[in-house]
Amino acid sequence: MSGILIAEQILNGLQAGVMLFLMAAGLTLIFGVMGLINLAHGSLYMLGAFAAAWVAGATGSFGLALIAALAGAALAGVLIEVLVIRRLYGAAHLDQVLATFALILILSEGTRLVFGSFPLYLDIPPALAGPVTLPGGIRYPLYRLALIGAGLLVAVFLWWLTVRTRIGIRIRAGENDREMIAALGVDISRLYTIVFALGAALAGLAGALVGAIQSVQVGMGEPVLILAFVVIVIGGIGSIRGAFVGALLVGLTDTLGGIFLPELFKLFMAPDVATRAGASLASMAIYILMSLVLIWRPSGLFGARA
Amino acid sequence: MIPERLIAPLVMGALLAVALWALAVDAPFTITLTTRAAILALAAVGLNIALGIGGLVSFGHAVFFGLGGYAMGILAHHAQSYTTLDLGPLSIAGSKSMPLIWLVAVVTSALAALLIGLLSLRTSGVYFIMITLAFGQMFYYFAISWAAYGGEDGLSIYVRNGFPGLNTLDPIQFFGLCFALLCVALVLHARLRAAPFGLALNAARQVPARVEAVGLSPMRLRLVAFVISGAITGLAGALFADLNRFVSPTMFSWQLSGELIVLIVLGGTGRLMGPVIGACLFVLLEHWLGALTEFWHIWLGVILLGIVLFARGGVVGLLTGKAGPHV
Amino acid sequence: MSEIVLATCNLVKRFGALTATDDVSIELRAGEIHALIGPNGAGKSTLIAQISGGLRPDAGRVMLLGRDVTGAGTVERARAGLARTFQISALAMEDSVFENVLLGALGASGRPWRFWSPVSADAELEARAMEALARVGLADERDRRTAELSHGQRRQLEVAVALTLGPRAFLMDEPMAGLGADGSRRLTGFLDGLRAEAPILLVEHDMDAVFALADRISVLASGRVIASGTVAEIRADRAVRAAYLGEGA
Repeated sequence: MSGILIAEQILNGLQAGVMLFLMAAGLTLIFGVMGLINLAHGSLYMLGAFAAAWVAGATGSFGLALIAALAGAALAGVLIEVLVIRRLYGAAHLDQVLATFALILILSEGTRLVFGSFPLYLDIPPALAGPVTLPGGIRYPLYRLALIGAGLLVAVFLWWLTVRTRIGIRIRAGENDREMIAALGVDISRLYTIVFALGAALAGLAGALVGAIQSVQVGMGEPVLILAFVVIVIGGIGSIRGAFVGALLVGLTDTLGGIFLPELFKLFMAPDVATRAGASLASMAIYILMSLVLIWRPSGLFGARA
Repeated sequence: MIPERLIAPLVMGALLAVALWALAVDAPFTITLTTRAAILALAAVGLNIALGIGGLVSFGHAVFFGLGGYAMGILAHHAQSYTTLDLGPLSIAGSKSMPLIWLVAVVTSALAALLIGLLSLRTSGVYFIMITLAFGQMFYYFAISWAAYGGEDGLSIYVRNGFPGLNTLDPIQFFGLCFALLCVALVLHARLRAAPFGLALNAARQVPARVEAVGLSPMRLRLVAFVISGAITGLAGALFADLNRFVSPTMFSWQLSGELIVLIVLGGTGRLMGPVIGACLFVLLEHWLGALTEFWHIWLGVILLGIVLFARGGVVGLLTGKAGPHV
Repeated sequence: MSEIVLATCNLVKRFGALTATDDVSIELRAGEIHALIGPNGAGKSTLIAQISGGLRPDAGRVMLLGRDVTGAGTVERARAGLARTFQISALAMEDSVFENVLLGALGASGRPWRFWSPVSADAELEARAMEALARVGLADERDRRTAELSHGQRRQLEVAVALTLGPRAFLMDEPMAGLGADGSRRLTGFLDGLRAEAPILLVEHDMDAVFALADRISVLASGRVIASGTVAEIRADRAVRAAYLGEGA
């Protein structure tokens, strides 16, 4: 196994990780501020991907496709928040889970009704197509590098937003004390809509960006949603920093596990058995990671201690 | 308004009557539908112990359903291929006997529930939901990657497994078996709810601090409830696999976990008959709406939203006019 | 002097820069009512949590019947004989009044692992639960849904649940909270007799009740015990008047 392969896999892991971060950041923000568990977050990811694929198909512009993903998901987020989610703040978790599960059913089947069951494809923009040669002679797809860059940019943006801006301060205040912030005259329900739309836009962006390297289809959101939950459990709920660290850990573990575990097993097993056992174990690697974190710190790496 | 104690005989009587009517008019497909309803109800009765009494919103009960299914699939697969199941030094012959398969399904699911419970019950609330969902996904991907037992394609079983003294290939007899097991599970639920354990578990859902203050551990109560719950859902999984003569990773899917919760809420959370009514409704909706439109899940979603936002007690709540336990 | 039933020894608890419990040593002796008073924010809740087992101290020990229970959780302390009541009623609101006391009796029996025969078949549990209900005067309400009880009745039920445990010590967190003058007077009378059964560490805002009941009073301010003594001593204490009653010393 060569150093180049390892470097490639690390980059793949980072790329998967930052995309997961886009999902997890929105989820954790929405939970932190509104106390809401949103299963339909994966649907927003899917909607973003479909909006992008559709606009790209119609206009041929990847830039417009991304804008459509952001705007489409944010708009869907606002609609969902105003029509349904708003009634769920302060409701029992079971109600939130059920209502957002119902939203998944409606949005997934609705998308299938409109776009059909066949996957759509979103092409990588020509400017970002093809590999580049990195220092050390690693040839790596430029688009994936761009994804890593985009994810890091969003992370910086979120940090700036929550720490440095007025709306961020309101978000953090809302997180701590919703009555206090309401008493200060901030329109709490508008703030909540904005936070939800922001989370939705991030999910939609992730869906569009990933949609260009995978197919765009109904049901694409939920596996990512569940991975994002694993990220949040590891990182600690409500913590954007935790979401970032957790996302990278999960992305790297998942990618590297699939490559290294079979190799590791080959050291003391027959190759074919090792490949199979390694692949099976690799499929569980991130959940084992999650279990270990749970044993060590039940409220996550950066979660508030219970 | 219907008194709550009349609901159980009414619903079970109706389910039995439909199956017998289907037998009389020779409609085996309808018998299969009632069997499906009975099995889903059994799975949900299991979940209802954790969710309805214990307040544990497990979004990973498909794990146990799937384990039950694979217990059946693997044993029957080895039996029909005349191979043995090799676990290190242990070599186990397959089996086509339902009682043995059930035992394996129940024990396996209970063990898995113990492990998952030990980890996930360290947390509560939203964490618990996310973690159980994640473990469900872990089993799903594991089943997909496990090529020896069909991987993504699953396992087909040629002939339904046997039960001493019965012809399980006859739809009505297999229905009878499932119906009987459902009755047993319902009796178990009712007894357990009225027993000291049920009292303590139900209180642990409402006021864990009080339960601790009287010297009982909510965590242990929940863990035991989770294990019992998982075992029952596992048994249902074995029956479901036998009904279809097929197991696949979709038995582990998060959608299935979600649907089990939906069944309970449709019928009435924490109500004895909630899961049964919910399962019957679900199968009816699936059958009728599914015949009308390919996109019947949209309507299921709309109904579900309506129930969550406007009719918290489910069908039992509507029938009895009484609010149920709050989860 | 009579036996020490419950004690804290040099208890310390910090939250960041705030020292919520600062070297607190108090003791509860057999047969007495020891009242713990202090203004809001004095650290009473934090102290109660450490005594009942919900919160680990950073330093110091909690002793129950001569045993160090600092490392023990709430469940273990309850089993060891500590019964607490909650400031905000912690009752199973969906259940009947009787079921709430049954839960206490069940906790006292230590045998919740029975899955088949109904609670109602256990005459011993029933008797124990009924006795506690009767003692606080709620026998007639046994089959009512707890959520339907008045606030005062809920406070009574809180005490009844603690009684079912047959404890060696009571830890009562503002049992008078929200009671009218009448209810307060009745509960005061009841607690007065209860001290012979097991001593009571009483955290209370109702000064009439405290002065009527307490054998000893400890005053907590800013996490410290600033005074401890008999009712008369505390009434006369200048530091207490300054810190607690807000008078210029």
